[in-house]
Amino acid sequence: MSVPRFWRELDSRYNLIGSYCKLTKKYHFPRRTFDPDIGRESIGTMKDYQFKGTGEVINSTVVHQAQTGYEMFGPYCMAIIELDEGPRITSQIVDCDPKTVKPGMKVKAVFRKLGEDSESGILHYGTKFILSEIPQVEEEDESLQNIEL
Amino acid sequence: MRDVSIIGIGITKFGELWDKSLRQLGLETGLSAISDAGIKSKDIDALYIGNMAAGSTLQQEHVSALMADYCGLTDNHIPATRVEAASASGGLALRQAYMAIAGGFIDIAVVGGAEKMTDVSDSESSYTVSMGSDEQWESKAGATFASLHAMMAQSHIDEYGTTREEMSAVSSKNHYHASMNPMAQFPFKVSNEAVSNSGIVSSPLRMLDCAPNSDGAAAVVLCASDKASKYTKKAIKIIGSGQASDTLSLHHRKYLNRMPAIRIAAKRAFKSCGKKPNDLDVIEIHDNFTISEIIALEEIGIFKRGKAGEKILKGETTIGGKIPVNTSGGLKARGHAPGATGIAQIVEIVQQLRGEAGDRQVKNAKIGMVENHGGTAATAVVHILEAE
Repeated sequence: MSVPRFWRELDSRYNLIGSYCKLTKKYHFPRRTFDPDIGRESIGTMKDYQFKGTGEVINSTVVHQAQTGYEMFGPYCMAIIELDEGPRITSQIVDCDPKTVKPGMKVKAVFRKLGEDSESGILHYGTKFILSEIPQVEEEDESLQNIEL
Repeated sequence: MRDVSIIGIGITKFGELWDKSLRQLGLETGLSAISDAGIKSKDIDALYIGNMAAGSTLQQEHVSALMADYCGLTDNHIPATRVEAASASGGLALRQAYMAIAGGFIDIAVVGGAEKMTDVSDSESSYTVSMGSDEQWESKAGATFASLHAMMAQSHIDEYGTTREEMSAVSSKNHYHASMNPMAQFPFKVSNEAVSNSGIVSSPLRMLDCAPNSDGAAAVVLCASDKASKYTKKAIKIIGSGQASDTLSLHHRKYLNRMPAIRIAAKRAFKSCGKKPNDLDVIEIHDNFTISEIIALEEIGIFKRGKAGEKILKGETTIGGKIPVNTSGGLKARGHAPGATGIAQIVEIVQQLRGEAGDRQVKNAKIGMVENHGGTAATAVVHILEAE
């Protein structure tokens, strides 16, 4: 992916920034220019909003045949998560046994590496999720994992 | 609006066709469709090509002109248009030609679908297929195309109690049908147990729940119905056509276990000809995954929500059953060459309605439906065909 193509979405990817419609009082992720419910009426009333990053698992799967660039994670958990403010997002749930993830579990956003363009290309960072209710993996282990990548 | 008929068909075998290029495949099916129709190249007013991924798999865009050129149609400088809507590209190309003829702009069009998925590695072809979902917010986040359908399947299991055995029955039934189709990529039977015990791709979906990424091509000739008798005695009329779209991302939909675009497209197609689900004699469904066939049959209204799985397991959709589905073998066993799939489905229904389907012929088939969708059903196209 070209640098600008990734860079222009950075704040959404790093900080979960979406939109809030003051008229419908609905939240959207990723950013939207207008609220589809009311159309052009909402243009100019949409405000940037940083999501709290907490939510709930709606559904999940354990991916054995990994997505390109994700081979080193397999088997890994992909899930559709409903953020507490309402919008849903597709994300990896990390730092847990992927089989243990079930609908209804609480999750929170963490900052993680998503991938890289090539060995010499830029690294892609973004948001992934962890389960709120299991102890986090210790710092040392995490840095080791990052080195392996 | 004028009536439109299909007067010629052509199809290649689907599979890993390493000795054939995209242009060869397109030419081969185009020629067989034209000779089947009994038309000459000067009779063709326009060419429509369904192709999803030539840019990513072959670094070749502008497939419309490429096909016109290699089919020898550049002398007439005929209008050639490529249509892309992921795996619905073929069905959508057919609909564009249908509308152009129904609207009176042209009389005869050739609609071809062609795809080469095996000139790249498995990982590249899988990524290419996932481009039919949201690249930025699904694929790039690690979601494979199978993983999105896996969540649809899990949601269907959670809400309706759909079982492993029921999903396996979709695959084994389609393989059984393919065993009677010489053009199928996998023309052999596979048992329910083999499907249930195949390797996990993305839980709960297993290897034999998933359609392959194939090479292949198919073509049909469309003609204004009032002019069809000039060329053929076995014209099949397109009596209904419907199309619908939905959110590109699965996560933006209210229900993960539904495909509303299919319901709406089917409703529009039924409305355009005044038919109902129980008028259908044979159906081709876009079974890119076993769960898709289950959901699509529920959306079209063949079975109630949550009931399709058990009906399939009982054999109601097998040839000889109440309503045979995917007599070609479907995407799973005939093969899935994205741009060609929608046209290959039409070819199968035309063969059934002509009574030329050989061992897999459905008795007294008069009305057939084709359901073709792209991505996680962000585009759905439905056509209803009737023997004249």
